[in-house]
Amino acid sequence: MVVKEFRELRRDRRTVAMIVALPILLLVVFGYAADFGVDTISTAVLGPQAERTQSQLPDMFDVIEVDEAAGLDRAQDLLVRNEADVAVVTGDVPATVLVDGSALFSAQAAVSALNRLGGDVDVEVLFNPDLETSWVMVPAIIGLILAFIGTVVTSIGLVKERERGTLEQLAVMPIRPSTVILGKITPYFVLASVDMALVTVLGMLLFDVPFNGSPVTFALGAALFLFVVLGLGVFISTVSSTVGQSIQTAFFFLLPQILLSGMIFPLEAIPWGVRWISYLLPLTYFTQISQGVMLRGAPLDSLWLPFLVLSAMAVVVFVGAVLRFRRSLTPGAARTHRRVAS
Amino acid sequence: MSVGVTNLSVRLGSVLAVDDVTLATPPGQVTAVVGGDGAGKTTLLRAMVGRVAPSAGTIDVPEPRAIGYQPSSSGTWPDLTVDENLDFVGRMYGLSERRLRTRRDTLVERAGLVDARDRLASRLSGGMRTKLGFCMAMVHDPELLVLDEPSTGVDPVSRVELWRLLAESAADGTAVVLATTYMDEAERASFVMVLERGRSLLAGAPDDVVAASPGVVVATGHPQRPAFSWRHADAFREWWPLASPNGDAPVAVDLEDVAIVAALRAQNGVES
Repeated sequence: MVVKEFRELRRDRRTVAMIVALPILLLVVFGYAADFGVDTISTAVLGPQAERTQSQLPDMFDVIEVDEAAGLDRAQDLLVRNEADVAVVTGDVPATVLVDGSALFSAQAAVSALNRLGGDVDVEVLFNPDLETSWVMVPAIIGLILAFIGTVVTSIGLVKERERGTLEQLAVMPIRPSTVILGKITPYFVLASVDMALVTVLGMLLFDVPFNGSPVTFALGAALFLFVVLGLGVFISTVSSTVGQSIQTAFFFLLPQILLSGMIFPLEAIPWGVRWISYLLPLTYFTQISQGVMLRGAPLDSLWLPFLVLSAMAVVVFVGAVLRFRRSLTPGAARTHRRVAS
Repeated sequence: MSVGVTNLSVRLGSVLAVDDVTLATPPGQVTAVVGGDGAGKTTLLRAMVGRVAPSAGTIDVPEPRAIGYQPSSSGTWPDLTVDENLDFVGRMYGLSERRLRTRRDTLVERAGLVDARDRLASRLSGGMRTKLGFCMAMVHDPELLVLDEPSTGVDPVSRVELWRLLAESAADGTAVVLATTYMDEAERASFVMVLERGRSLLAGAPDDVVAASPGVVVATGHPQRPAFSWRHADAFREWWPLASPNGDAPVAVDLEDVAIVAALRAQNGVES
C-alpha cells in the first residue's frame, strides 16, 4: 500500500510540486516577508522651515521632497497621489504632520515615532483617522474575491465541460470558438462584478469603509484585474484535466497573491529578494487601485502605473490563455484533408 | 461525392491511431465500426467530426451544421433538464423556435422521455441519458450522425430502444456511423468495419463478412494451436486455414468469431 502510494505520488507532478514548493514558499514568506514593521517612511517636508526641520526628523523618515515654497495643499496632494506616506508642513507652531492612514503600517510607525517627539508636532492622520485595519483590508479583499471567482471558479467551470465530454459537443457545433469562449467567460465576469459590488457596499455598511474616489476609476481597475484573473482561470483550465487538478493549480496562483500582494504584509517590509515576486502579481496592483480610490480618493492619473501594469497583464494573460483554449477547441490541422460532401 | 473517409491515417503523438482506413457511410445506412479498446474507433469518428487532425487521406463529410455527434460520454449537460439540453443544442444549430419545438417534441416522444422532460440530465438513468444524448445529436436533423459507443454501459432494454431510434433515423435518410464494442450490435448494422490497432481488418455487410471468412472454425476441448484458439462457452474454438487435422467438423460462425479470427491472423502475421 505504501509503495503504491509513493508510486502514484511520484507520477502526480502537481502534488509533488505542492509538497516541495509550498513549504519553501511558506518558509520564505514567513521567514523574510512576514514583517509588519516598517523601517523607512517616505516623507515630504514643506513650508518655510522645511530645510531646518528635515534634519530634526528621526532616521526612519526618508525625506524624498523638501520644498520651502509649498504648503498644506501640496502636502495633501502628495498623500492622495501616494507619492509620500507622511508630509510635514512647517510654518505654524507646532508644525503639522499629515500621515497617510491608507498605508496602515507606515502610518502606525509614523504616528508612534511622532508621538515620541512630544508636543512639537500636530499629527493628523488622513484617509483612515482611527487606523482601522478593516478599512485597508476591505479594498484588498474585494480583489481577492475577484481573483477567487476569476481563477478558481472559472477554471472549474471550464474543466467540468471537458470532464463531462460536453466541451467535445461544443467544439463540433457550427459556432465560432470565440463564441464558445465568450459564452463561457461572460457569466463569470458578470458574477464577479456583482460580487464585487456587493462586497464593496457591505464593507462600507458594516465597517464604515469610505469610498472617496471615482466609482468609474474603481470599476475600470476592477475590469482590468478581472480580465487578468479570468485569463489565469482559462489558462489553468487548459493545463488541467480534472476539477481536482484545476483547484490544485489555482491554489498555486492564489496563495502568493494572498501572502505577497501587500494585502497582509506591507510591501515596504518585504525584502527585495522576495518583493520582486509581489510585483509580478496582479492583486498587488489592484490593491493599490482599490485602496487608492476608496480611501484616498486618488484620481486616475495618479494611479497610472498600476493601471498600465494591469492593462499589459490583461492583454498578455487573457489573450494568451484564450488563444490556448481556442487551440484545444480547434486542433491545428483538423480542418485540413476535409471536403464538404454534396 | 459520398460521405466517408478515404485512405485516412491519423497519428496521435508517436502512435498511428488510424492507419490507411477507407470507409463509406451512405445515407439511409447504419455503419458500425467495431474493435476493442485502442483499436482506433474513437479517433476515426473524431477525425470525421473535425476533432483530430488527419495526417493523410481525405474526409468527405457534410458541412458542420449537418453533422450530429454524440461523444463517448452521453454529451449531456447534467445541470440542465431534458428540454433545456435539447433547446440549447437546437439553438446552437440555428433552429427556429417553431422548428425546435417540433423536433424536440418528436424526439422526446420517440425516445420515451416525455415524462422526464423537466428532469435534470444528472437525475436520468444511464439509458435515458444516452437516449437524450442521441436526441441532442439528432435535434437538427443532420445528414450524418456520428455516435461514439452510444450503448456502452447501457442496459439491454435501453439498447433495444436506442437501436429502434437509430433504425428510424437511418430510414429517414440519415447516414449513421457508430462505434461499438458489441458484436451483436454490429450484426444489426448495414455495413460493418472491424478495426484492430488502427487498421481495417474486415469490412462489408455483416453476412458477407461472415461468408468471406477464410478457413474453418472447429469446437474443441483441447486446442492444438493456442495462438489461433479462444474460449467459447465452456469449450474452445480453434481456427484452421483449410480443415482441422483431427477431422473435427466446422461449426457455424458468427460475426464475433470472424472478427476474432481476423484479429488472431493479423497478430500472428497470417496474410490470407
